[in-house]
Amino acid sequence: MVLDAKIPSGSIATVWDEHRFQMKLVNPANKRKFDIIIVGTGLAGASAAATMAELGYNVKAFCFQDSPRRAHSIAAQGGINAAKNYQNDGDSIYRLFYDTVKGGDYRSREANVYRLAEVSVNIIDQCAAQGVPFAREYGGLLDNRSFGGAQVSRTFYARGQTGQQLLLGAYQALARQIEAGKVTMYPRTEMLDVVNIDGHARGIVTRNLVDGKIETHAGDAVVLATGGYGNVFYLSTNAMGSNVTAAWRAYRRGAFFANPCYTQIHPTCIPVSGEYQSKLTLMSESLRNDGRIWVPEKAGDSRAPNQIPESERDYYLERKYPSFGNLVPRDVASRNAKEVCDQGRGVGPGGLGVYLDFADAIARLGKDTVSARYGNLFEMYEKITGEDPYEVPMRIYPAVHYTMGGLWVDYHLMTTVPGLYAIGEANFSDHGANRLGASALMQGLADGYFILPYTIGDYLAKRMGDKVTTEHPAFAKVQAEVEQRIASLLAINGNRTVDSFHRELGKIMWEHCGMARNKEGLEKAIQLIGDLRQQYWSDVRVLGQSGNVNQDLEKAGRVADFLELAELMCRDALHREESCGGHFRTEHQTPEGEAKRDDENFSYVGAWQHGDGKATLHKEDLDFEYVKLTQRSYK
Amino acid sequence: MDLKLHVWRQKDASDPGSMVEYQAKDVSPDMSFLEMLDVVNESLVQKGEEPIAFDHDCREGICGACGMMINGVAHGPQRGTTTCQLHMRHFNDGDVVYIEPWRSGAFPVLKDLMVDRGAFDRIIQAGGYISVNTGSAPDANEIPVPKQAADTAFEAAACIGCGACVAQCPNGAAQLFTSAKVSHLGLMPQGQPERWRRVRGMVAQMEEEAFGSCSNHLECEAVCPKEISVDFIARMNRDYIKATFKGDDS
Ligand SMILES: Cc1cc2nc3c(=O)[nH]c(=O)nc-3n(C[C@H](O)[C@H](O)[C@H](O)COP(=O)(O)OP(=O)(O)OC[C@H]3O[C@@H](n4cnc5c(N)ncnc54)[C@H](O)[C@@H]3O)c2cc1C
Ligand code: FES
Repeated sequence: MVLDAKIPSGSIATVWDEHRFQMKLVNPANKRKFDIIIVGTGLAGASAAATMAELGYNVKAFCFQDSPRRAHSIAAQGGINAAKNYQNDGDSIYRLFYDTVKGGDYRSREANVYRLAEVSVNIIDQCAAQGVPFAREYGGLLDNRSFGGAQVSRTFYARGQTGQQLLLGAYQALARQIEAGKVTMYPRTEMLDVVNIDGHARGIVTRNLVDGKIETHAGDAVVLATGGYGNVFYLSTNAMGSNVTAAWRAYRRGAFFANPCYTQIHPTCIPVSGEYQSKLTLMSESLRNDGRIWVPEKAGDSRAPNQIPESERDYYLERKYPSFGNLVPRDVASRNAKEVCDQGRGVGPGGLGVYLDFADAIARLGKDTVSARYGNLFEMYEKITGEDPYEVPMRIYPAVHYTMGGLWVDYHLMTTVPGLYAIGEANFSDHGANRLGASALMQGLADGYFILPYTIGDYLAKRMGDKVTTEHPAFAKVQAEVEQRIASLLAINGNRTVDSFHRELGKIMWEHCGMARNKEGLEKAIQLIGDLRQQYWSDVRVLGQSGNVNQDLEKAGRVADFLELAELMCRDALHREESCGGHFRTEHQTPEGEAKRDDENFSYVGAWQHGDGKATLHKEDLDFEYVKLTQRSYK
Repeated sequence: MDLKLHVWRQKDASDPGSMVEYQAKDVSPDMSFLEMLDVVNESLVQKGEEPIAFDHDCREGICGACGMMINGVAHGPQRGTTTCQLHMRHFNDGDVVYIEPWRSGAFPVLKDLMVDRGAFDRIIQAGGYISVNTGSAPDANEIPVPKQAADTAFEAAACIGCGACVAQCPNGAAQLFTSAKVSHLGLMPQGQPERWRRVRGMVAQMEEEAFGSCSNHLECEAVCPKEISVDFIARMNRDYIKATFKGDDS
């Protein structure tokens, strides 16, 4: 199948504007005749639901938390990018576009990224008008900070809680539409399948997480805004409930899954402290501005850090990358930490950690300055580890953070199933093989506020009068399949807990499909995952019933889908015989050990189609007309 | 360390519920409180007993999903800390720990430690927003916001909506939650046009829900994981009085 991204022709700088003019419109009186289903109310979903309701559509919105205000987006700390050029430091839409394509290691679609950079400026206007308390300068104007991968200051922020404040803004806009009767909100409701009729997405099947009722909902279009799948690794910085189920069920119903192997591993997280660990906590990247990263020179050195003299320490990033030092990009910093730990030079319990040392910064700047810059982070670190980073160096280690892969979408954000859309982290669209800091919030809100509400009209305008209800037999059929699956999970009554399987899967993925991958390891992983999946369906123990709150059952369904996704990730990683961004194949590196792209053969999006027994790969070629491809170097 | 837990178990909203005793063995001081419960839950499943249900998601103290009464204190003994960020190093070997759900008529128990906080969402729906349709906003720097207003607004906006304030209040009042949103928006220039309508709407909804009334016990502030100040309650009360003198459309 030829994958057509439906990118309109024309100059990249004007094409979105022109295209908006050419798209079909639904007239205001007709909008209320359309029912839109939006699954997920994080930044992407809440902004889309509110905006579409304002436009006049009837919206049904779903989330699994008890309130839309708790979506995983709430946890984003650092900030959101926008090409406002308020600092007059040479930023522009073109520069944000350029940085994002380059940061993504030339594996994203130029037209999409340009549009993202274009609407970024509207996002900040919208959020400021909603009352988001962004950081301000004394003159009352907006403040900016700089972030990795950029030489300008374009990141807007609200202390260390930018995601929270942006999500609350979108949540409040959504609340206004709920009050107005334009959105019906279904919290504590999990989507478990998509219903297609005549090749078009026409509805979903859900489970009410309080009383267990399986319900069906019909609509004229279905939008998935269900977030990323980093929790396939068990341990990640994602919220505990983040999962792939909605996207995976859509994949099984015909939506292609693009670049599943592109995973971002963030270098500065608090290391694992024991087997019982349930999640990992991010420490802002900004710490690398003043902290120095080191490990002992000799393997197995178990002395306390302050007992190790300067001459026996290895500041490995400063040594290997003299010009960027501790500020190399995320993927490079992460891989190097793994390398020194693999050499037996890691620190802390289990040897999986490196020091991030502020002693020099404190000596140079004074404790007060360091505390003004990083005080809240130091406090958070102390809360979790019980150690005081003013006295002892922090210990950090890389952790899974974000998934660039996701459902394949065209320029309209529509998947390969007509009428089924994917927005936010759930799609694969704009970050290529590596996402720059502060760009996920931007993308989620761009999709939800400014792109989907327009592009969806072009589809709906052609579908006037074609109504279905849940009486259509397709709904009963999918509902029966969902009920059957739940019954099977409850019937196994084996010996192992859901979490024990999830942990084991996470270890396989981290070992073989994590920071460094190779053919042998990936093949082994595929084998191990297959075995584990088989064992899961014969030995997992899920207690209780489906007819009331049953958190183990919820988890069991999600882990079952992770066990399938994991294999596809490994297959994707195996087929991509190159290194790019977050995907590092040890067979493909430069003599200095850096990622080596193969633009000749792999400059495409790999989109997988579900099939019984075997997934089929389709390719969308990437053309670069505006940005020149170069090999990254940070020496 | 080993702990003895007394945990509230309740099958569903209609079940009367009761305290049940469990042993938490080999608890590491580096575990979070919820990780300690995870371990207890895994051992329950191994024994064929249903695990203890509780809400949680981010485990970073920001989503507001978690929350339980720990020895009678909402979110437990550490100030400014959510249950998920409370670590076991604050407990000692042999401790007896009582764990209960939020206790408030406005937050009905759904199962075990899980409650329905939908009333908070309804208070926000009653006016906790600024009416601005997507695409109609002026340039973000067109309306300067004095740094101090932005900073104070931020302090109110930091509320995570967990419900600890209500759970700890002897009257089960929701004043701290409501006033935090009223103040966040009321302090921003963008929030002025709807200022009076907002406070009237939100307070009316708060009174319609099964919350009690505020009699200045200040326990809400003491347990708030974001340490939101009760000064915002006074500010809301002032705004509310002014609002009652204003016309209906302001
Ligand atoms: C710790 C951390 C810090 C970060 N910091 C930054 C930052 O500073 N800047 C930045 O740009 N990005 C940051 N990111 C990334 C960014 O936060 C996320 O990529 C983004 O918020 C995702 O938004 P979303 O709307 O796509 O999905 P989410 O916010 O994950 O929302 C998913 C929604 O889908 C719902 N859902 C999922 N599955 C189902 C289902 N089956 N049925 C019903 N509902 C379902 C959920 O209930 C939820 O409402 C950070 C990420 C982490 C983990
Ligand atoms: S789980 Fe999110 S605040 Fe505790």
